[in-house]
Amino acid sequence: MPGAGVLPMPVDNYLLLSLALFAVGVVGVLTRRNVIVMLMSIELILNAVNINLVAFSRYWGSVDGQIFAIFIITDAAAEAAVALGIILAFFRNRETVLADEMDMLKW
Amino acid sequence: MTGSAASPITSVLFYIFALMAVASAVLMVTRRNIIHSAVFLITTLLATAGIFLQLEAEFLFVVQIILYVGGIMVLFVFVIMLVNLDVSLHLIQFNRQKYVAGVLAFVLTAQLLIAFWVGRSSLNLGDARAMDPKNTEAVGQALFQRYMLPFEIASILLLVAMIGAVVMAKRRV
Repeated sequence: MPGAGVLPMPVDNYLLLSLALFAVGVVGVLTRRNVIVMLMSIELILNAVNINLVAFSRYWGSVDGQIFAIFIITDAAAEAAVALGIILAFFRNRETVLADEMDMLKW
Repeated sequence: MTGSAASPITSVLFYIFALMAVASAVLMVTRRNIIHSAVFLITTLLATAGIFLQLEAEFLFVVQIILYVGGIMVLFVFVIMLVNLDVSLHLIQFNRQKYVAGVLAFVLTAQLLIAFWVGRSSLNLGDARAMDPKNTEAVGQALFQRYMLPFEIASILLLVAMIGAVVMAKRRV
């Protein structure tokens, strides 16, 4: 375990890693057709945010950022449960999981 | 950057975890088979858990593995197995606006990079403060004292989500 004043890496590195994961997640949400992969990309984005929070929590020496990250994980779990339920219900009715075929509200 | 230098092994570990996370994230977005995507997402989440451990967030490290990898991803894999896989393997995987979307994502990333570059000078804040060595205890104290109300709200959210998921997945509403 590093000593009191030493961060394993500068905060910059964690921010850049978080930015890279966020960008990949955004590309996944915008380009994929499969709704499940889009949902997984959203999980990736939430994960990228968590890295930021934990890095700054370590930097300031306080657990507040980690608490926030725990709430984000809770939200991710709730969101995944509801969204996968919706996907299952939709698949049962329309036999598809592709986002561009979910166009019943379009005219 | 900041005052005293970290030992080389921690920076090597950081780069290994970071490379693992980003590479498997890219693979997750590009794979044709959804199960492969799910497995690569699990790799990304595990690499992130390693980074949490490096940042002395031990409780979050365990939560990440148990809840994300053990809970949410199992849910994903179950749903992937319930919807049919064989048909969607032979379909086009990317939608029609993929080039526009790629440009938009690139612009967003460039914007964030510029913001990072401009704000970088203010990030150079000196040494990090000492972290409480009893991480789990500190998290528990904060969660049950200062963040009691958000904690209860989160439990209500989970209850609502559970009911919602059961209603959605029922055969006839």
